[in-house]
Amino acid sequence: MITKQSLEILSHIQIAEETFEVVLRSALSKELKPGQFVHIALPGHMLRRPVSIANVDPEAETFTMIFKIFGEGTRHLSKYQAGDKLDVILPCGTHYPIENLKLEHALLVGGGIGVPPLYYLGKQLKDKGVKVTSVLGFQSASQVFYEEKFQQLGDTFIATNDGSYGQKGFVTDIISELGSPFDYYFSCGPTPMLKAVTDQLADKKGYISLEERMGCGVGTCYACVVPLKADPTKNKKICKDGPVFLANEVSLA
Amino acid sequence: MSLTVNLPGLSLKNPIMPASGCFGFGKEYSQFYDLNQLGAIIVKAATGEARYGNPTPRVAETSSGMLNAIGLQNPGVEKIITDELPFLRQYHTPIIANIAGSTVEEYVKVAKTLNQSQDIAAIELNISCPNVKEGGVQFGTDPELAKQVTDQVKEASDYPVYVKLSPNVTNITTMAKAVVGAGADGLSMINTLTGMQINLKKRAPVIANKTGGLSGPAIKPIAIRMIYEVRQALSNVPIIGMGGIMNAEDVLEFLLAGANAVAVGTANFQNPNICPEIIAELPGILSRYGFESVEEAVGKGHIIHG
Repeated sequence: MITKQSLEILSHIQIAEETFEVVLRSALSKELKPGQFVHIALPGHMLRRPVSIANVDPEAETFTMIFKIFGEGTRHLSKYQAGDKLDVILPCGTHYPIENLKLEHALLVGGGIGVPPLYYLGKQLKDKGVKVTSVLGFQSASQVFYEEKFQQLGDTFIATNDGSYGQKGFVTDIISELGSPFDYYFSCGPTPMLKAVTDQLADKKGYISLEERMGCGVGTCYACVVPLKADPTKNKKICKDGPVFLANEVSLA
Repeated sequence: MSLTVNLPGLSLKNPIMPASGCFGFGKEYSQFYDLNQLGAIIVKAATGEARYGNPTPRVAETSSGMLNAIGLQNPGVEKIITDELPFLRQYHTPIIANIAGSTVEEYVKVAKTLNQSQDIAAIELNISCPNVKEGGVQFGTDPELAKQVTDQVKEASDYPVYVKLSPNVTNITTMAKAVVGAGADGLSMINTLTGMQINLKKRAPVIANKTGGLSGPAIKPIAIRMIYEVRQALSNVPIIGMGGIMNAEDVLEFLLAGANAVAVGTANFQNPNICPEIIAELPGILSRYGFESVEEAVGKGHIIHG
């Protein structure tokens, strides 16, 4: 059940350049699924900011979200501290439907601030006994985060655009070298990366998660839409029908 | 304390209703609260055929407001009647259908089609959408066209017709008089103001449609001024006021300017519970400022000379 709550910040730390990890307490935490997001109100800002869920601790009734400073709203969010309260709508959107999938080996492909939801997904996959391989892309060394956490899930490869960390290049370069021993891939990141990944893995089954400027975040305003591949005269709402879609379901510009 | 309001076709428990385009067809916000609490619901615009809407980005945040250029995305009037409106039957809340079109013929077709539905109580005639290439705001800025479309829709529709006025005009009372003269049962005002925001890094408008409609508290003083002017010119016409309402004090300000009821738009996006919160606050605010009912406050912000 989607609801609006005032949640306490348990920790708020910087984990990479302009990138912050926030832990919040909510009784709803155990209902959050990988791929879903929360929608955060900030005083002085008309619109909420969507932030994806990076991890959940169901026993402690907490969840973790990670965001990067993109503009005034996220800069404001970066100034919060442990003990402060946040006005949050949760849970929002669809999730990676792993409960319905039969798979033995999953490939996770994340880019920048698209990496966080894949961590919670990877943890759940590993718990189900699925082998997890992760390919993560960042702009440069200063922006890399969660490498060790992903290494605990399985083989993890890092690419940076400028070569300052890991392999120089793009996630698609690493995917080419890995070949395709996996049954499903799961990807989240900037649209150009998602387009390159879905083109490269066109013959594989996969799910992607999209980002877009949002209005309401719950499906009423039709601000964040994406055209369908099968019929570009129709579209889906990213906030409600997504953010997770089948890899070949939507048309990436 | 009485919050009830009676307007043509609309018997309202209270004067608060979500504005068209900010509430979809009610389903999403029904997860947050019981829609029976609302005075009425104005659902998203219906056109003759399904519309895809504009490319994205469709929204941008501004100081005290937002720009949107959704472009009237909707499944078309027939699908709205069969797939969307029946969900709202479970509530004892009047539904106002917002209708839009590119031509007078399309408006008439949508109005006639809605006669088949028993689920609505009134029509809001949207002659003021700034975000579509054809029609839309054209009808809302030319008094002759506004008169023509109002006259035709009135003739076609079995329901009371509230005409939604555009603020993108030099003289709002000219427009109000034109549509009231053509038979409008009431007015709904104001729609959004055309605006633009440019991204410094990309050196391009943020919104794909380039321009968008500005809404939110940024436009509230304009809405108040326009309602005040129209109330001066037309003392009896029913007015549903809207434009940046965020709390019960804002509602009282609209009533004082001359609105009989109000719609809450952009604020729903910031706070999904805003309508019931305002409804709960309203009696206290009315009594704090010396009113015993909503109807008593209407138009009381006008200075009476002599």
